[in-house]
Amino acid sequence: MSEVSRRRPLVLVSSVSSDSHTWNLVFLQLLLEETGHEVVNLGACVPDELLVSECAAHRPDAVVISTVNGHGHVDGQRLIDRVRADERLSDLPVVIGGKLGVGDEDDTALAAGLVQRGFNAVFADNADPASFVRYLESVAPPRLVRDAG
Amino acid sequence: MSRDPAPVQCRDTAPVPEPNGSFAAVVRDAADTGELVVQPRMGFSAPERMRAGLSATRDADAATVGTITLDSYTRVGDFAALRRADADGTDLNGYPLVTADKTVTTTMLDDVRTARFPVQVRHGSARPGPIVDTLIELGIDATEGGPVSYCLPYGRVPLRESVGAWASATARFATVGPRAHVETFGGCMLGQLCPPALLIAVSVLEGMFFAQHGIRSVSLSLTQQTSMHQDLEALHALRAIADRHLTGLDRHIVVYAYMGVYPRSASGAVTLLTDSARLAVLGGAERLIVKTAAEAFRIPTIEENVIALEQAAATARHDVPDGEAVPDTGIRADADTLIEAVLALDDDIGAALVKAFELGLLDVPYCLHTDNAGRTRSYVDESGRVCWSDVGSLPVRPGADLRPRHVGSAELLGALNHVRHRYDAAEPEETYDLPAGTAAPRSRPA
Ligand code: B12
Repeated sequence: MSEVSRRRPLVLVSSVSSDSHTWNLVFLQLLLEETGHEVVNLGACVPDELLVSECAAHRPDAVVISTVNGHGHVDGQRLIDRVRADERLSDLPVVIGGKLGVGDEDDTALAAGLVQRGFNAVFADNADPASFVRYLESVAPPRLVRDAG
Repeated sequence: MSRDPAPVQCRDTAPVPEPNGSFAAVVRDAADTGELVVQPRMGFSAPERMRAGLSATRDADAATVGTITLDSYTRVGDFAALRRADADGTDLNGYPLVTADKTVTTTMLDDVRTARFPVQVRHGSARPGPIVDTLIELGIDATEGGPVSYCLPYGRVPLRESVGAWASATARFATVGPRAHVETFGGCMLGQLCPPALLIAVSVLEGMFFAQHGIRSVSLSLTQQTSMHQDLEALHALRAIADRHLTGLDRHIVVYAYMGVYPRSASGAVTLLTDSARLAVLGGAERLIVKTAAEAFRIPTIEENVIALEQAAATARHDVPDGEAVPDTGIRADADTLIEAVLALDDDIGAALVKAFELGLLDVPYCLHTDNAGRTRSYVDESGRVCWSDVGSLPVRPGADLRPRHVGSAELLGALNHVRHRYDAAEPEETYDLPAGTAAPRSRPA
């Protein structure tokens, strides 16, 4: 006998290497759990190598990077290069959001640069949570899995 | 930012004497004349801009001290990222003190420092060794931090390692002599939603840690939170407890203008700031660190900082109501209990702090650090006070206000935005420099 069930998509939530802000991560974890996701929260100041190894270990359905300290556009570019360089992770949906620069930069240009480097989507600081969740559901829908009975 | 074209207006150009002219002495002198010292949270990567910011701080119409806030690559010790940012000309979120050319920094300091205008370095690093060594080299006598308060809110360095790094860096800083001043960041922690008894306990315990490692001059911090009454009661408690545990030290109290999600409207931001100045005066604090109207959006400019300093100073000078007696709701008793419980664990304060977090006797609500037990939760009650909804293993009275329950994302966001909503209510439209609209998700080119 085998049963078909829906598996909650696994989302890895993380900051970038230099960013210590965590209220954003706590909020996103709760939001994602409430909308039917399983969450692994890596917390603040996550080195690039740790994010890559955690992705390889957990095989998440999507990765959500959140950063507000203003270094996000620099740390994000370096991070996504490392992720995409790992062939196991080349197709993994990875999004980034928050306050990506220190204020003087052109936000649209920063977002375009991050997408070009390999992020699937970029969300501004004031993005609507509902549209973010809908986007995530579109790239990482619940999976039907066959459990051995 | 170009150099300030106006002739530099100095209050006093005498060279910095010792120990007069020390950070602590300048704060003490201002307090003696009834002036609240105001200070920005300011840090820019370009030395010219940093210099202009310091001299604008000095020349503001207020009793000021200067700040150099360090960038977050320096905080986490990522010197490779600093080299790349320097090569690419990337703007950082602070001044890279350790890697910046020492002669450039020395010239900058010589330009701005006077006997009445000292400069403090604020950094947020759990491994402060290289920063403290640079302070000693540059003759900067004041900094900020603590083994707990610059660890748990600031990343993933294990607490035990932070305690060790802070112990040795503090001992080296103490060799500077009695002018070496350290302010604890314990009265802030994650900036919001922390019941004040816990903030007071960490603030005082870190003050004791500094003293144990040879520091003779400390400041104890407390952040403004959601309720003027609660904050005032907390400040009185902090002073009384410091009087008991930190005898024989030079010390003062510093208030932080609200450290959580800030109002977005210009009027809301100003009212919150001026309330923090009233809190500081009524609570008997000697120094206030301000926030600007740009806080909710981005790093503030020099001009925005000067405006905030002058607004806070003007309020402190002319617009503080008479103090009223604040009822004792037990903050002092809870803070005493927490401190006694920690001190009972070990004679070495650093070791006691590590054990206390292991046991959950100290446990910061919503803190993700793996050395924090994570069993406490907090909320903002109807009267606007920050309360425990779950005390975890903290040895404090649960009290009538305890309400264990799950807090969801909407409720958390509501609590985090409590102050912002209250202060923005007068002006519901977001009027201050609203950044561009929501960026729609962009698909990656296939
Ligand atoms: C609390 C706070 C802190 C606390 C953080 C404690 C902790 N561990 O979290 C403390 C005091 C320690 C702190 C430190 C610093 N901070 Co701070 N901090 C704040 C503050 C006041 C509130 C942030 C907050 O809690 N928000 C609540 C959460 C829930 O919201 P949020 O983070 O804004 O995220 C929302 C959106 O951005 C969005 N979002 C975020 N990420 C993502 C991702 C996706 C995919 C999506 C869809 C949406 C999304 O969703 C959230 C809900 O709406 C803000 C200013 C403000 N907003 O008022 C500054 C602020 C973020 N900090 C700032 C800075 C620079 C720092 C420091 C570097 C110090 C400095 N130089 O000033 C250090 C950090 C050191 C480091 N290594 O990174 C700047 C960033 C400037 C910029 N980007 O231009 C701000 C804006 C203040 C300012 N105006 O200067 N900070």
